[in-house]
Amino acid sequence: MIDDWPILTIVTFLPLLGALFLLMVRGEDEVVAQNARHVTLWVTGFTFLVSLALLIGFDAELVGYQFEERAEWLSGTGIAYYMGVDGISMPFVLLSTFLTPLAVLASWRAIKVRVREYMIAFLVLETMMVGMFSSLDMLMFYLFFEGVLIPMFIIIGVWGGARRVYAAFKFFLYTLLGSVLMLVCMLAMYVEVGTTSIPALSAHSFAVGMQTWLFLGFLASFAVKVPMWPVHTWLPDAHVEAPTAGSMILAGVLLKMGGYGFIRFSLPMFPEASEMFAPLIFTLSIIAVIYTSLVALAQSDMKKLIAYSSVAHMGFVTIGIFTLTEQGIAGAMFQMISHGLVSAALFFCVGVIYDRLHTREISAYGGVAAVMPRYAVFFMFMMLASVGLPGTSGFVGEMLVLVGAWKASSWLAFFTATGLVLGATYMLWLYRRVMFGAVVHDNVSSMERINAREFIIFLPITVLVLWFGVYPASLLDLMATSIQTVLDIVASSSVSLVAQN
Amino acid sequence: MAFDMMDIVPALPEIFLSGLALVLVLVAAFGGEGARNARRVTRLALAGIAVALLLLVQAGPFTDGAFGGMFAADSFSIYMKTLVLVGTFAALSLSLRPLGPDDINKPEFSLLIVLALVGMMLMISADDLLSLYMGIELQSLPLYVVAAMRTNSLRSSEAGLKYFLLGALSSGMLLYGASLVYGFCGTTAFSGIAETLAAGDLPAVFIVGMVFMLSGLAFKVSAAPFHMWTPDVYEGSPTPVTALFAIAPKVAAMALTMRLTYGAFGQIVDQWSQVLVALSIASMAVGALGAIMQTDIKRMMAYSSIAHMGYALAGLAAGTQAGATGVMIYMAGYVFMGAGTFSIILLMRRDGQAATKINDLKGLSQTHPMLAVGLLVMMFSMAGIPPLAGFFGKWYVFLAAVQAGLVPLAVVGVVMSVVGAFYYLRIIRLMYFEEADAPLDGGAPTANKFVLGISMAVILLFFAGLSSLLGRAETASIALMAAQ
Repeated sequence: MIDDWPILTIVTFLPLLGALFLLMVRGEDEVVAQNARHVTLWVTGFTFLVSLALLIGFDAELVGYQFEERAEWLSGTGIAYYMGVDGISMPFVLLSTFLTPLAVLASWRAIKVRVREYMIAFLVLETMMVGMFSSLDMLMFYLFFEGVLIPMFIIIGVWGGARRVYAAFKFFLYTLLGSVLMLVCMLAMYVEVGTTSIPALSAHSFAVGMQTWLFLGFLASFAVKVPMWPVHTWLPDAHVEAPTAGSMILAGVLLKMGGYGFIRFSLPMFPEASEMFAPLIFTLSIIAVIYTSLVALAQSDMKKLIAYSSVAHMGFVTIGIFTLTEQGIAGAMFQMISHGLVSAALFFCVGVIYDRLHTREISAYGGVAAVMPRYAVFFMFMMLASVGLPGTSGFVGEMLVLVGAWKASSWLAFFTATGLVLGATYMLWLYRRVMFGAVVHDNVSSMERINAREFIIFLPITVLVLWFGVYPASLLDLMATSIQTVLDIVASSSVSLVAQN
Repeated sequence: MAFDMMDIVPALPEIFLSGLALVLVLVAAFGGEGARNARRVTRLALAGIAVALLLLVQAGPFTDGAFGGMFAADSFSIYMKTLVLVGTFAALSLSLRPLGPDDINKPEFSLLIVLALVGMMLMISADDLLSLYMGIELQSLPLYVVAAMRTNSLRSSEAGLKYFLLGALSSGMLLYGASLVYGFCGTTAFSGIAETLAAGDLPAVFIVGMVFMLSGLAFKVSAAPFHMWTPDVYEGSPTPVTALFAIAPKVAAMALTMRLTYGAFGQIVDQWSQVLVALSIASMAVGALGAIMQTDIKRMMAYSSIAHMGYALAGLAAGTQAGATGVMIYMAGYVFMGAGTFSIILLMRRDGQAATKINDLKGLSQTHPMLAVGLLVMMFSMAGIPPLAGFFGKWYVFLAAVQAGLVPLAVVGVVMSVVGAFYYLRIIRLMYFEEADAPLDGGAPTANKFVLGISMAVILLFFAGLSSLLGRAETASIALMAAQ
């Protein structure tokens, strides 16, 4: 029976097997490169197909975790190999497995040197991402969470742009500093509870004083990952210097690790502290939404602009999560998935024209729509989805976050909505400057239309963005039960807080 | 104290190695000068170490000790001695095939190492102030000589002299401290000291003695602020010697510190814990910050080892069984990280000359892809990035620190590990992100490949063997605590 298969383990470690296989390959550089591309595409594609079993076998009504796998690891210490997904993590697993083959396809021609090493890095990266979302043991979560840094550091540093070394170091050290503070908190939690099992930790109620510190420690890590203002500065650098596919994964999946962490750890484990610090998070998020939107307006580099827009969009996510309402969290989740698809596509949009002209300067383009009509359609669609046009997935997430924000405070909703307007401004302006107008630069007019490979990358993302836009219930229903579980924990803790007083 | 034949059995590996050293003296003396005989002696020494390891593991732990309680052969000894033997084996096999004329081609080299090894094993087993001092001296004297072994190099002579002078100073401090401790307790046995401490209150002079002893040991593990000799000695010594310094004596000195603090001073954890916290923080900071500015990889490794000792001491400062377990896990990873890294550093040559500048690693990933991958793994592990060995070491020492309420120490430690990550990443940057100016020489002796391969396998698969390693470390730490 398929139910007995350790699907999560297979999905997690299949890419790693592929990486080991690639490590063995010997031969002529050119042949090895071509084989590495094909092997990686097949492995990641197959991983995606296997991960679909999660979707098929998932029972959205069920409370708790599904596809659970347990094995002895460090016997007698409360640390075990423990995997499982619920409605919160399952969409992220699928997002990771969905985006990785597309990212591989996106780097098909763009990566010319050390192709094999590149593909190995991507396969390891996929293992880390999937493993992180499906770990139900805190130590394992941390292993994968940090392990992501290794391949990403290499990807930015080796195949990145001109300032890649600076960007790679900044990315690595920034995120590491956040993570190690979380590590100390994890140690403290383990000492207190005696196990690193995430369900057990969620069930444990920590003293309010301790929660405050733990919350701050986890915040240090997740805030950097999200990234929240003012610790977002690594993101524009990392994005600008990373190769296209690296940016796709960075924006598409890695940024979601922070939001996922808030929902998986901060809310259920430190509910009192979450309520206490919600105003702080709101303040930081509103600053992020408004300030980075303004910064995005001033950018002349396309990738940087989209990077800042990511910070702004993730601001919505953190607002939604800490409204501690059903709509807010569902909206945040939806926004994360939607942003994962849309921002990956947007970075790919930049990559497509970068491959042709080798510049990301907005001023180097203009009138591209006339030269590349099909590309213009895709870019427009993604741009509108990013802005939150009704009928795209972006709208649903932002709408729900706004509803949640309104429930929390009308001022919060007001500022959040301001961010939406600004978001529309810079994206539309970007689109106008790049795509419309007369063709001023000669080399723009000689740009080739998008080829079949690029079309194949755009198509599935477009279909999904549209699908989630017109039929959001397909995603919301998956998450509803799990979100309710988180909210129940938060609610019960406030009841007990009232009872104590 | 009557001599008992049964005392020989627990000390069999040491006795065997001492005998081997005597045989090697003959081989070295009559086997002729030069590289061939040197290699013969080294091979014999390697075989002897392997046999000693077998003897050690075969015999199993002895709960009672030997020689009237001066010599402990419990499971803690076995754990630590295994690490020391493995580390020395690795370092010695790296010197098996000297790559250039500037390397040491002297038969007495391996012989001295074997003697030092006996000293290290004695240190680990020391359960008495006398055997403690004997072990330390037996370990130190041969190492002073091998540090200065490259006689035509001023640097090497300087390293040997520096090591000797500061080592002698630290031995003096240790001895002075030991005499004060003896003066108060009236016994040199660790168990006797522990009993006296349990009975009465402490005069200030005893604390002075204890601090002197800990300072002397801090010299040996090169914990800041007693680390000054380390960078110079690491840089000046012949590289195979540096490899040994970086691995085995640190483990032995750490084991001795553990035995002294947990065994003899086990009743007054609060007193020495503060000292160790200070040493730990200073070492982590000096190691992390000092390494940033280095241009020579051997000097950088010296600072790196200072930092590593700082992390290990953080676990020790907890003063609990979890702390001892953490240190043991940490040291296990440390031995293999050191062996793996030095197996590559030893190969850093250009046109037959040793090239130990960090910049010499530029573009290594293109000229020597396998070595680059190996060093990449070692550096990420040293930086403590999961899922590699270095991370688990940090996890367990900081776990012990947090458990003992030393949360600020853990916070300082992890923050310093981020600072430290910077210079490990710098190596990776040079190897992977930059182009080679002048490639290093190709070709690697089998021994280096072997050591690197084993080290990489251990570090990458550390998580898989962690469960059983943890079990052994826990048994060992229980044995250590039982002495209290």
